Amino acid sequence: MDSVTGENLVKYYKNFKALDSVSFKIREGECFGFLGANGAGKTTLMNMIYGFISPTSGRIQIFDKELNKKNLPEIKRIIGVVPQDNNLDPDLSVIENLLVYARYFDIKKKEALKRAEELLNFVDLYKWKQINIRKLSGGMKRKLTFIRGLINDPEILILDEPTTGLDPRSRRQIWDRIEMLKHLGKTIILTTHYMEEAETLCDRIAIMGKGKILVTDTPKNLSIQFGGNLEKVYLNMTED
Amino acid sequence: MNIRMAFKVWQRNATVYRKLYRSSIALNFFEPMLYLIALGYGLGGFIKEINGLSYTEFIAPGIIMSSAMYAASYECTYGTYVRMEYQKTFDAILATPIIFNELILGELLWGATKSLIYGSIIIIVISLFGLVKSSFVLFLIPFIFFCGLIFASLSLIATALVPGIDSFNYFYTLILTPLFLFSGIFFPLEEMSEIILSIAKINPLFHLVNIARAFCYGNMERAILTDSFYVLIYLIILLPLPFLLLKRRYLL
Repeated sequence: MDSVTGENLVKYYKNFKALDSVSFKIREGECFGFLGANGAGKTTLMNMIYGFISPTSGRIQIFDKELNKKNLPEIKRIIGVVPQDNNLDPDLSVIENLLVYARYFDIKKKEALKRAEELLNFVDLYKWKQINIRKLSGGMKRKLTFIRGLINDPEILILDEPTTGLDPRSRRQIWDRIEMLKHLGKTIILTTHYMEEAETLCDRIAIMGKGKILVTDTPKNLSIQFGGNLEKVYLNMTED
Repeated sequence: MNIRMAFKVWQRNATVYRKLYRSSIALNFFEPMLYLIALGYGLGGFIKEINGLSYTEFIAPGIIMSSAMYAASYECTYGTYVRMEYQKTFDAILATPIIFNELILGELLWGATKSLIYGSIIIIVISLFGLVKSSFVLFLIPFIFFCGLIFASLSLIATALVPGIDSFNYFYTLILTPLFLFSGIFFPLEEMSEIILSIAKINPLFHLVNIARAFCYGNMERAILTDSFYVLIYLIILLPLPFLLLKRRYLL
């Protein structure tokens, strides 16, 4: 079954065409990566999947439901989002950030606390749980934003540059978690600028340029088809 | 739109407020107290009485409403603007099952709650000064909330329209300050010319101040039904606008 389908998605910002008839199918349990230069339309596409940006035309389907205004809240319940910017609550502590967020998903306080503590442990943030997030380093904030996106145990996880700004050890922690989620059959959709990340995690990759998907395939096939490693493919494809 | 989900947004704001209120709450009622003392006891020494009330008694009920007005206004201009544009709290919330209208309803209700908090504190304080003569004052509480809803709406409209956070100065100087000064808090507008009185009738605070004065002194024969009717009309006109205008500003 496909978990996320996009059909002829077009998005205009005023006169600027950010997405130009983008279609894709992401299978359930797959890790699907979107690669592309800055401004290629990746974030617009990510934001569209959870209804934050509405397409100018085209349709999105999540499992067997077409995304519309009516079922948006219901669909958002099964999606976890890790946005590109860490939009954490600066006035709250680490644990409060997770608990307040869990409340939006109707997760009971006791259950939320259990999940929050497990996730904090996983990314080595447990000992900071009472700390105000203003005191955290950039990398710690990134990790907190990542686990916040997991608090509702989502079926579909949207990761917009999840490991940007992380040290190698923290990056590994995030990758381990993503691998674990894949084993649990969750669908992962990610954007990244790191070729190594895409090769390690993604089952399939779509390379985007100027609001279009240029090619979609497995990392291996892309290397074979275009010669060289993924980085070369990427640089060739996104050249002007 | 589901009010239970809007309440979660309210709860988020309340959670943050509980952590920070100690640093702001004193200031919030210090200012109204200044008015009461400086004008009531200072200027009041030169004024015999107005409609059978001492000058302090005359202005005290209005101070309840103006505090409520400013509480909701600060919250839904600077507060909401920071959550929307700087902290990206709106972005974070909209990635959860909460939808845009629920988010805005949460902001409105929170703004009105701030009015309720500060308005009630003023009631307590002026009661301690012996300025409340009637237990009808308790009926004022829903009107403080309505005052909050009206000015939370107006402020969210401003938030939807300002190009940047500095532009709120225009809103305060050109809109709220005139509404505050010409609301009948400090002098009876009924004594002014017909023109001024008819302009004042457009001012929602004018009607709220009339209601406050009536309830504080149990003086129910005043035409507060008319004033309540105006309040209702304001609510009906203003409440839908923040939803429409903020959606236009914020959603891509």
